[in-house]
Amino acid sequence: MKIHEFQAKQLFRQAEIAVLPSHVARTPADASAAFEKLGGSLAVVKAQIHAGGRGKGTFLENPTQRGVQLVRSAAEAAQVAEKMLGNTLVTIQTGPEGKKVNQILVEAGCDIARELYLGIVLDRAASLPVLMVSTEGGMEIEKVAEETPERIFKEHFEPDLGLQAFQVRKLCKKLGLTGDAAKSAHRFMTAMCELFVATDCAIVEINPLVVTGSGQLIALDAKVSFDENAMFRHADINEFRDLDEEEPSEVRAGNAGLSYVKLDGNIACLVNGAGLAMSTMDIIKLHGGQPANFLDVGGGANAEQVSEAFRIILDDKNVQAVLVNIFGGIMKCTTIAKALIEAYQNVGFNVPLVVRLEGTEVEEGKKLLRESGVAIVTADGLTDAAKKVVAAAAHSKA
Amino acid sequence: MSIYVNKNTRVICQGITGKSGSFHTKGCKEYGTQMVGGVTPGKGGTDFEGTPIFDTVEEAVKQTGANATMIFVPPPFTADAILEALDAGIETIVAITEGVPVLDMVPVYRKIRASKSVLIGPNCPGVITPGECKIGIMPGYIHQRGKVGIVSRSGTLTYEAVWQTSQLGLGQTTCVGLGGDPIVGTSFIDVISRFQNDPETEGILMMGEIGGSAEEEAAAFVKQHVTKPVAAFIAGRTAPPGKRMGHAGAIISGGKGTAEDKIAALRDAGIEIAESPADMGTAIQRAMKAR
Repeated sequence: MKIHEFQAKQLFRQAEIAVLPSHVARTPADASAAFEKLGGSLAVVKAQIHAGGRGKGTFLENPTQRGVQLVRSAAEAAQVAEKMLGNTLVTIQTGPEGKKVNQILVEAGCDIARELYLGIVLDRAASLPVLMVSTEGGMEIEKVAEETPERIFKEHFEPDLGLQAFQVRKLCKKLGLTGDAAKSAHRFMTAMCELFVATDCAIVEINPLVVTGSGQLIALDAKVSFDENAMFRHADINEFRDLDEEEPSEVRAGNAGLSYVKLDGNIACLVNGAGLAMSTMDIIKLHGGQPANFLDVGGGANAEQVSEAFRIILDDKNVQAVLVNIFGGIMKCTTIAKALIEAYQNVGFNVPLVVRLEGTEVEEGKKLLRESGVAIVTADGLTDAAKKVVAAAAHSKA
Repeated sequence: MSIYVNKNTRVICQGITGKSGSFHTKGCKEYGTQMVGGVTPGKGGTDFEGTPIFDTVEEAVKQTGANATMIFVPPPFTADAILEALDAGIETIVAITEGVPVLDMVPVYRKIRASKSVLIGPNCPGVITPGECKIGIMPGYIHQRGKVGIVSRSGTLTYEAVWQTSQLGLGQTTCVGLGGDPIVGTSFIDVISRFQNDPETEGILMMGEIGGSAEEEAAAFVKQHVTKPVAAFIAGRTAPPGKRMGHAGAIISGGKGTAEDKIAALRDAGIEIAESPADMGTAIQRAMKAR
């Protein structure tokens, strides 16, 4: 689960991690007042969306406006806010459709001596969280990892022990932080690792992490996401969820207990199991089609869930054919066949439907489909199903 | 021979009185697994259709001689259930539960790896040695005892592979579902090295997916240590980066964990690649014939 920069900074303040003074604004008047409240001669206005690359991103409606901008007066803050709010910011991470900006952060300026990078993620190979820092602040870390990996330094830590003082000393040595900056780094890094564990983060990324002229480390940016599986113990963080930032069809699927990811193709699929669902997308592509989605209905889906799944995939205007691929295990083919027929009658289909059933009670399931009289193309095996649905999509396009 | 479980494995179910726990205890028992007991705190002394229920795993082990467990307790309590099984000396711990917080698994993983016990999962379909013992949620009847060892990160995709190898008359020695989470107790390497040492296993079929680097690590291991034919399929060639594909662990992040990278590493290790999920059975058949 992703949150906004301003929400992450709220968590940082609570954890006594240094951030700059800032205020959230939802109108140009708010932005102007925020500038006054900060009281400085300059401030930075930052669009709040769940995607990185904002500084280089531009607005669909105002192509000269970037997603992050320095302002020198309250009036200028309001002008920039006017250009950002309600408009669509396109960055390398948003895709060409961009994301609507509903709020901005007006943040105080600061005296920057150095820009570093700090990130914490789970290192799956080591099965431990890892703190990564780099001298190359402000750069894309993937690029640094590729071009100058020797400038990234890592320390793994045990969640229950936390980051140790010697690990901070090692990192400070490598980053060239001494004196007050090293002391500040100790507080900053230790607290950030504690926050990662205490709030079940998935990713923390501070880019840039600045060192001020007086040797203080401050989180200038903040990208934080959480382990959704742990949100049952973090009701407070759950409230940070911003549904406006999520794909509406994915939210709807989540509410129905379905796992759905929207894609750009024209062949929808409905599958049980994540691995098989991914493989179904792959085999559609292999036979020349383009998958419109990933959809795992899970092992125990009922008729209502299957109907909702159909409604979601048929709401996608790009969809020209649907492939149902079920390997019945615990889920019986008869259950899915009944749900299919019911859904077919309830939802109303305007595109061809190809069904491949295998596994528990498969013969009975196929018989139900045959006898139902609904216009279903049945398939034997994965390849047959993929070929049939690709042909059907091509036909319905023509 | 087989790996992890056989006809002598004595199994308990932690969470036996829950909806899934009771349903699958029944399924395993019907398959022929020796389901010797169950654990639900507070329900000790009662039974589930003749299977005795205990309050603690320690008690269950003492009374039944169980050496394996199948865990169905809800995600917030799964780490505790695994540690309880470990504490009671259970050798084979199979955690089916999906949705365990990943940071819960970090200390559990360290403890398991430092012990003699094995953890399979969480978020996995389980493990089965056809005709002898099934611990998990897979449909038993699609399996057929034979020569292929199967290991996978996914559930229904494993069924697909099992079905294909059964249809081809190859059959399986043991099938292990590793689980779809970022941290799981058993890796491809653990299972593949057991298959390599299992005289009954003549070929190894692995199914990986996007995310992490477990497949690349397995490829390096196979290149160095495995003499038996190996075939592989990787799911998620069409998955977009940055999006979680159902499994908590199935995500391409920072350009890492793509299907292409994994396939290249596997191919480099001399592993036969199934280009299509419909081709998994024939891929291992090709690899075995080539020897």
